[in-house]
Amino acid sequence: MINNDECTIWYQRCFVEFLLLFLIFFPLVLACILLGIRGEKLRDIIVTTGALVIGTGTLYLLIATLGSHATYYLTNTQTVHYILFLLEIGITLFILYLCRKYHQRLVALLVCIQMAILIIFGMGSLTSGHATTEGANLFFDEFSIIMALIIGIIGSLICIYSLGYMRSYHLHHPEISDRRPFFFFLLFLFLSAMFGLVFSNNLVWLFFFWEITTVCSFLLIGYAKTKDAIKNGFLALLLNLLGGITFAGALVYITYTAPSPEYLNLSTLTTAGPDLALLALVPAGLISFAGLTKSAQMPFSSWLIGAMVAPTPVSALLHSSTMVKAGVYVIVRFAPVLEGQFIGMLIALVGGITFFLASCIAITQNNAKKLLAYSTIANLGLVVACAGVGSHEAVWAAILLIIFHAVAKSLLFLCTGTVEHQIGSRDIEEMNGLFVTMPKVATMMLIGMAGMFLAPFGMLISKWATLRAFVDASPPLGILLVLFLALGSGVTVFFWTKWMGKLIGYHEEKKNDEESVNRSEWAVLYIITGLVALVAFTFPLISGTILEPYLISAHNATTESLDKLLFYDDLIIILLMLSLIVVMPLSLYFFRHAWKESYRKVPRYVCGREALSPHSFTGSIGVQKEMGLSNYYLEDIFGELRMLRIGDLCTIALIVLIFAALIGMVV
Amino acid sequence: MDLMHILYGVSFILFGPLIGGIIVGLDRKLTARMQGRVGPPVLQPFYDIGKLFQKERIAVIYSENFWVIAYLIFIVATGMIFFAGGDLLLVIFALTLAHVFLIIGAFSSSSPYAHVGAQRELIQLMAIEPMVILTAVGMYQVTGSFFVIDILAYGGLLIFVLPGVFVGFLYVLTFKLRKSPFDLATSHHAHQELVKGLTTEFAGPTLGIYELAHLYETVMLLGFVYLFFGANPLTGIIAVILVYIIEIFVDNATTRITWQPALISAWIVTIVLGGLNLIGLYLL
Repeated sequence: MINNDECTIWYQRCFVEFLLLFLIFFPLVLACILLGIRGEKLRDIIVTTGALVIGTGTLYLLIATLGSHATYYLTNTQTVHYILFLLEIGITLFILYLCRKYHQRLVALLVCIQMAILIIFGMGSLTSGHATTEGANLFFDEFSIIMALIIGIIGSLICIYSLGYMRSYHLHHPEISDRRPFFFFLLFLFLSAMFGLVFSNNLVWLFFFWEITTVCSFLLIGYAKTKDAIKNGFLALLLNLLGGITFAGALVYITYTAPSPEYLNLSTLTTAGPDLALLALVPAGLISFAGLTKSAQMPFSSWLIGAMVAPTPVSALLHSSTMVKAGVYVIVRFAPVLEGQFIGMLIALVGGITFFLASCIAITQNNAKKLLAYSTIANLGLVVACAGVGSHEAVWAAILLIIFHAVAKSLLFLCTGTVEHQIGSRDIEEMNGLFVTMPKVATMMLIGMAGMFLAPFGMLISKWATLRAFVDASPPLGILLVLFLALGSGVTVFFWTKWMGKLIGYHEEKKNDEESVNRSEWAVLYIITGLVALVAFTFPLISGTILEPYLISAHNATTESLDKLLFYDDLIIILLMLSLIVVMPLSLYFFRHAWKESYRKVPRYVCGREALSPHSFTGSIGVQKEMGLSNYYLEDIFGELRMLRIGDLCTIALIVLIFAALIGMVV
Repeated sequence: MDLMHILYGVSFILFGPLIGGIIVGLDRKLTARMQGRVGPPVLQPFYDIGKLFQKERIAVIYSENFWVIAYLIFIVATGMIFFAGGDLLLVIFALTLAHVFLIIGAFSSSSPYAHVGAQRELIQLMAIEPMVILTAVGMYQVTGSFFVIDILAYGGLLIFVLPGVFVGFLYVLTFKLRKSPFDLATSHHAHQELVKGLTTEFAGPTLGIYELAHLYETVMLLGFVYLFFGANPLTGIIAVILVYIIEIFVDNATTRITWQPALISAWIVTIVLGGLNLIGLYLL
């Protein structure tokens, strides 16, 4: 007789297993269906319901697993390995075909190298009798759940937003052939691969999903099929293949050196005891390198900048919930191995330098999408720096950064996309007085920006934990990280605030330009704005119920050390400040009336000349002189090329050091 | 935080502007003497602010008021956290928030002078923020806490272990106090190539609120200086007075520089003095 409790546990286990598989396969099925649908109405319905189902599914997963620890599923699935291997070869052949079509020899070479390594891996696992992998292939823990929530909620919201956006995209760009079925196929395939990636325990599986995200982003970037789009798509592919090669190298290394095939599992590898530390450290270094390429750290940052040729929802997807987040995800996964290691410190420095220099470059950008891209690179740099430091405080900060960044950045990208379609430009200088012409979108943008850098919103809390983690990190390199963080956060204030100033900047009364934005875009924008506020208010809850259990199980953190992450006093003050910020704008409506009564409106001061409109003043003999205001971009100091050159040099040197250290360890 | 510290924090609402006003009054007197003038009465700052509140209410755009009031509220909140013994990092980030409100206030008027002033204020913010963060980090390294209470309870004089950080902080304090040579965004002095820069479009009560906030800020910043000498209240107060006199002297002895050398020199000071001091702490 089976005990009742055991029965419930067994049921729950099966249910969660089903849910994990569902989240991987459902988007895949949707993707295939969407490939065959050309009608707009039908597509709208399928995408919207599909996205809702995925979102609810991830929420359900959160609720169903709340309080349970890391759990492992699907053992001994030999056939799946063969299928994955065959699919992998299929993908490779597909890329080779594209390389031939577009004459990309270098990419083809890298693909061949990767294939060769994979074949060596396959042979190795056959000859060493590792053919049957042991241990679980799928798993979930608190960290995967957080990632799944980001993918499932933000990712699917972006899919819904794309419906309306892509419709007007093709209206604005009649020269681009309408391949929307393929576009939505890729979006959902991407989501499927991302779910697979965060639920994989087996590194071979993880690698498979990793490659799919690479290919998907390559195809999405090249969607427009213009010369620029194809060039940048291949650039992304090229740089990500470098990471793919080292990832495959890690698999080979494990197969040939590990005592048992179980070490191909993430859970076994990251918890390998001190006697096997070397075994874990080499793959950790190699896979973290792959993470650096995927999360567009310097010197690989150029692909993410190039990726902005893609339609804006693609950028939003790549920057917030998929692709680059996969890169930092693996590095954070290996944080327990990297902690206190020389290699970890080098990786942290790559992140630190990227944070500082990418923020500097953001100052010089007046293209909104490019600015957002550099800010993404910078923030990911911070996450990488935290993961490289690897202490549990640092990882706490890293995961919070991932969450806050995902919501705020997706909001900013989507708002920029909407603004671009309305005003026909993504130039920040053109957004002057957007607060008058598009009040709702401008407010949302302000909230998103506040979420990116201002106290008491999310980013600040993680920056703060980051500072503490860096100070305690292995001296004196930790101080270097503190310096990068301190300089970088000053820079961050500069470029966000001047953009805010542009939006707020007073304009003469103009007609409202928001009416033509379609409903699906509005709905998504409202929801994500709500999410920014939600995570800002509930981060103590997120920390208490999800992050702390994760740190206890994966990082052996003690409860006392966790208590130091958030001081009660600070928490109260932060929440008070948050409430104040929410209340103050409301009071504006109240005071506005009183101010209108008691204040006399005067023209701005232009050296005593008459200024009838914000854009002109009366010059000599009554001539109306035009007047325009534009922001500082400080290009002499922070010029893009100059900063990139410095950054690439420094980070290449660091990466050479990483490989030197790795080779030293192997030999 | 116990009740007494919370009371300290609350009392700052009242004592902040009182002490700040007297400091600024003495400042003006001393400055005048350095320039061979008699100077206004010590209580002049209070008269000035009082007068501003009686002036006609004019504005280029109504929402200016909102931003400037937000600036005041958050400066006061920042000071309260500081004097209640709170977290230095929170103080620093809240201070940044307050300044962002002020800058947006300047932006909102779209006035050419205020606009350039706002850009310069942002550059100043970018120049000083790193050093202020390093100051907090240095104090944390020595005392093991970011909380003002714990830093004061440390016992030793922080200046002996953090000399580089202290000098670096003095350097950026000049920006914060809006003293020459770093009074780029707006200045106390009448000669200004940007009219009144950042504050050009603030008039009457709005300007009064800005001036009031500046008094609060001055007191809080001097509180930072006090922390370096906090082990002994007497040395602390003497140090604060000396530091302020040095600032006045520098203010009167130098001419304003452009933003490039201001920014670059502040960062070099931060990296060299601040960074080396922090690394030195590990080696000791």
